[in-house]
Amino acid sequence: MHGPAALQLTSDGRLKHLLTTEGLQKPLITELLDTAETFLSSQGQPVKKVPLLRGKTVVNLFFENSTRTRTTFDIAAHRLSADVVTLDIRTSSASKGETLFDTLKNLEAMQADLFVVRHSAGGAPFFIANRVTPNIAVINAGDGTHAHPTQALLDLMTIRKHKGDPENLSVAIIGDLKHSRVARSLIHGLRGMSCPDIRAIGPGTLLPSDLGHLGVRTFHTTEAGLSGVDVVVLLRLQKERMSNALLPSEREFFNLYGMTEARLKLARDNAIVMHPGPINRGVEIANEVADGRQAVILDQVTNGIAIRMAVMAMTLSTQQGAHS
Amino acid sequence: MHEVRSQRATENALRNLINQVDNAYHRGTPLVVGIHTGGAWVATRLCEALQWNEPAMLDISLYRDDFETSGLKRSGTTDRMPQQLNGENILLIDDVLFTGRTIRAALNVLFDYGRPGTIDLGILFDRGGRELPIEPTFLGESLGEEGVERCKLVGPEPLALITPDS
Repeated sequence: MHGPAALQLTSDGRLKHLLTTEGLQKPLITELLDTAETFLSSQGQPVKKVPLLRGKTVVNLFFENSTRTRTTFDIAAHRLSADVVTLDIRTSSASKGETLFDTLKNLEAMQADLFVVRHSAGGAPFFIANRVTPNIAVINAGDGTHAHPTQALLDLMTIRKHKGDPENLSVAIIGDLKHSRVARSLIHGLRGMSCPDIRAIGPGTLLPSDLGHLGVRTFHTTEAGLSGVDVVVLLRLQKERMSNALLPSEREFFNLYGMTEARLKLARDNAIVMHPGPINRGVEIANEVADGRQAVILDQVTNGIAIRMAVMAMTLSTQQGAHS
Repeated sequence: MHEVRSQRATENALRNLINQVDNAYHRGTPLVVGIHTGGAWVATRLCEALQWNEPAMLDISLYRDDFETSGLKRSGTTDRMPQQLNGENILLIDDVLFTGRTIRAALNVLFDYGRPGTIDLGILFDRGGRELPIEPTFLGESLGEEGVERCKLVGPEPLALITPDS
């Protein structure tokens, strides 16, 4: 094993950090999803907390703004009985001139066991994973336009629950794939799960040029791209894409790519509609679809907690093993 | 090392356990909870024999006390439990009782579902070697004070105890 995947695995293939879905193989992804299913069932108990990570300290290192992802990591860690410290780095040391490396060494000296890292620069979690003391796990909670592996895993979990093994499915991702770490990670995850048909739908300005290398077919119209798909993944359209002149307007995008009931009929009956949130009603998705029976967007949120619990438990479990 | 597989001893112990439980619960049926996996097999046989409802099932893998040394041990199963246990009389069933740590974990899981009225413990085989103050209310068979080196129940059909050949 080499490349980005190597850093996150032990020599015998167990997960010690989660940095990217690129290069993750089906057995390991399946183990992650199965573990998350176990945690999902513990979420039905009146007491939702399990004592697995009692006494462990999880540090959320958020160099980039995020309420939603940070909250789900918080909840996941709390439900595993870990202690959680959240550092909003933008307002702390970094603004006083401390380097990332020095911040890291300080946190290590406080006996942290796991870092959850979000950073606007692609590769930052890799930098950290490369330099942390052994036995500390690092989870990438989103780095630049590079990767968002826990989002991809919760998407895979949601797909598997509703539609079965991705090995037999057609999945279409619609919108701004070019700037989307969610899309990139999901594509790698789907490839890892041997999904035979991955499609990208969007205007040329918002599709990366290297999709062909990843085995993804590109379409510029929903009419061509949605035919026969089982899973429709919508992406959030960032406002700044309009100011960058990559798109004429939100209305224009909705008219061409917005998921309406009529457009959804192009996909298979009972195709599911996913969105990483927060959704822009009337831009990527029409109200009747967002609130309709085929949308599984809130299910994704619930699965997201279970996935993050699974990733924390599995990486820390591996790190424990390295310890003994 | 040779192993001995004993189906007959297992059936005898099971009959013994079922008789004790039957005698003790003539007034009302408890909520039977089997611990995954062996305990669930024993609980199923017990409920069939006494014509009780299908037992509930607990997985204790998230409540183990050895994460520090052994890491995550996922059973691949999910609990099958009623929504709440407040005031319920519970009969907790496991196949082999050894250190008592599994039972400690199972008690913790039960209390995360509510506040049971009473909890009894039914065990098929006691192999000694206790590390916690936990004893069965009903016992199929004791394998001796000294403790048995290793043993394990295989099943579900047929149920048999596997012990090393001494």
